[in-house]
Amino acid sequence: MKALVAVKRVVDYNVKVRAKADGSDVELNNVKMAINPFCEIAVEEAVRLKEAGTVSEVVVVSVGEKSCQEQIRTALALGADRGIHVEVEGRPEPLEVAKLLKGVVDKEQPQLVILGKQSIDGDNNQTGQMLGALAGMGQGTFASEIKVDGDSLQVTREVDGGLQTLKLNLPAIVTTDLRLNEPRYASLPNIMKAKKKPLDVTSPADLGVEMSSHITQLGVAPPPERSAGIKVEDVAQLVDKLKNEAKVIS
Amino acid sequence: MTTLVIAEHDNTSLKPATLNAVAAAQAIGGDIDILVAGADCGAAAEAAAAVPGIGKVLAADNAAYANQLAENVSLLIADVASAYDNVVAPATTSGKNIMPRVAALMDVAQISDIISVDSPDTFKRPIYAGNVIATVQSSDAKKVITVRTTAFDAVAETGGTAAVEAVDAVHDAGLSSFISEEVAESDRPELTAASVVISGGRGMQNGDNFQLLEGIADKLGAAIGASRAAVDAGFVPNDYQVGQTGKIVAPDLYVAVGISGAIQHLAGMKDSKVIVAINKDEDAPIFQVADYGLVADLFTALPELEAAL
Ligand SMILES: Cc1cc2nc3c(=O)[nH]c(=O)nc-3n(C[C@H](O)[C@H](O)[C@H](O)COP(=O)(O)OP(=O)(O)OC[C@H]3O[C@@H](n4cnc5c(N)ncnc54)[C@H](O)[C@@H]3O)c2cc1C
Ligand SMILES: Cc1cc2nc3c(=O)[nH]c(=O)nc-3n(C[C@H](O)[C@H](O)[C@H](O)COP(=O)(O)OP(=O)(O)OC[C@H]3O[C@@H](n4cnc5c(N)ncnc54)[C@H](O)[C@@H]3O)c2cc1C
Repeated sequence: MKALVAVKRVVDYNVKVRAKADGSDVELNNVKMAINPFCEIAVEEAVRLKEAGTVSEVVVVSVGEKSCQEQIRTALALGADRGIHVEVEGRPEPLEVAKLLKGVVDKEQPQLVILGKQSIDGDNNQTGQMLGALAGMGQGTFASEIKVDGDSLQVTREVDGGLQTLKLNLPAIVTTDLRLNEPRYASLPNIMKAKKKPLDVTSPADLGVEMSSHITQLGVAPPPERSAGIKVEDVAQLVDKLKNEAKVIS
Repeated sequence: MTTLVIAEHDNTSLKPATLNAVAAAQAIGGDIDILVAGADCGAAAEAAAAVPGIGKVLAADNAAYANQLAENVSLLIADVASAYDNVVAPATTSGKNIMPRVAALMDVAQISDIISVDSPDTFKRPIYAGNVIATVQSSDAKKVITVRTTAFDAVAETGGTAAVEAVDAVHDAGLSSFISEEVAESDRPELTAASVVISGGRGMQNGDNFQLLEGIADKLGAAIGASRAAVDAGFVPNDYQVGQTGKIVAPDLYVAVGISGAIQHLAGMKDSKVIVAINKDEDAPIFQVADYGLVADLFTALPELEAAL
């Protein structure tokens, strides 16, 4: 069966992003970009399913400007077979991304679609669920374990109270949580090989999607700063401060 | 203007997050109804009816809605929501799971994790692990919104007498089924609602050492949390994780023990009223957000702290 994995190009997780001084947007000039960590986990899971013989082909898709082909190549170096770049300008909203991915799903007919649970820039946590609704597929979000079992999928999910296990009909959507796996590093030979793997470029028009925008970002600002605190000498002073200064314990 | 709030509940009682979502709905303004979808959820619907300021409670009581399967509940919400201007749910794992499906079914955007309401169509929400607060305006006629619960003070739990109306529509997508649940039973307050949280990180070294936190938590009536590193290492279960990709907490007192203070962890706790950090490395970034920092070995500091309380 075929697996489709959606990957997003985001600011590297080590970068501390700041608002521009004029509050118009975040400062993204010359910052290091990378594959969204949750998407990397998604690629790893698909590649492991292929290595286990469950999946026959791993296709990765990214929606964005030309530069996101770098992240598609990263996914190919991790073991995906071919890439699809849906070329769009600017920053499409999750609903638009989900519609484009639905177009790709219609063409590719994957049995399993794996996405990250959230991207670490927009922190929206929406795209996989939206795709599930548009494609009429069941979803196992925030997955920490998945098992393909004939024509169904068993997914263990990280939820607020603990863990929940669901059974989904295939085809289905999975969104990854941190504990699903630990992604491998791409080896140099695999990075070289990835350069020769097929990468198709398509467009919203090819996929029959009309792009629209529902949300306008009016501005950005830094969060309120915490005023610097003090170092206490010992436990006794700490307890005294908490009781008599902060008054948070009695 | 009318807003439908999606209740978070366990069929017998409301989860506190519902009361924060109602508070956000009040900030948006207009009339507020609550939808309780579940199986044998009459008691939860009665609890919702007791929340002050509610027009009515819609109770969809059917086996299809047991376990809050997103495929079924989203169809129900999209159906019921056609009569409302806004649909609001807490940004819990359940709200995050269900609401984007609702938004896609309604062909509107979702505004995730709002922390304030500037006007009925303009909201603030954190992006980039809370390093930036974005102000966003929605042009959709109907809005689907999830609420960061720590940013809105809960409304009162009782005092209201709303009517409960049954919703008979049954939506079973037939795509998913529930198999099992592993829920940690604990006498402690819920992490996201506790007024004191004490969290351990990689510095705790193993799961057994979390007992050093237990005694203190008992004395303070605290919930116990953890960093991602502590969860990944298997010291404690996943539902302890505080951070950008775990739970967001904002208690009166947050005590971080053996936690370095990575931005992803800070994203989940830096709105706490008072922060205490115990770390043996005086340069640990956690001290930059701590009101009270104690540079010490946790293995000596924790027993001393327990004894001093
Ligand atoms: C600074 C900033 C400014 C923004 N300004 C605007 C604005 O002015 N107007 C506006 O409309 N939107 C704006 N956005 C929204 C931004 O475009 C969204 O972040 C994006 O559409 C998708 O949301 P997400 O990545 O948070 O989705 P999530 O739902 O968190 O992503 C989950 C998963 O979906 C998949 N996925 C998401 N996006 C893609 C993609 N492009 N290609 C392939 N897979 C993908 C990945 O598997 C990902 O792990 C802004 C975002 C940022 C960070
Ligand atoms: C996509 C992504 C999402 C993430 N999401 C989250 C999240 O939601 N939550 C989260 O917490 N992290 C998250 N992280 C991980 C984060 O980047 C850090 O790796 C993690 O928070 C580190 O945990 P820690 O502070 O316990 O461990 P470390 O950074 O290893 O720190 C351990 C600390 O313990 C101290 N220490 C050690 N021994 C002692 C002792 N005996 N006495 C006193 N102090 C001691 C050390 O000085 C050190 O400061 C995420 C990362 C990524 C990439």
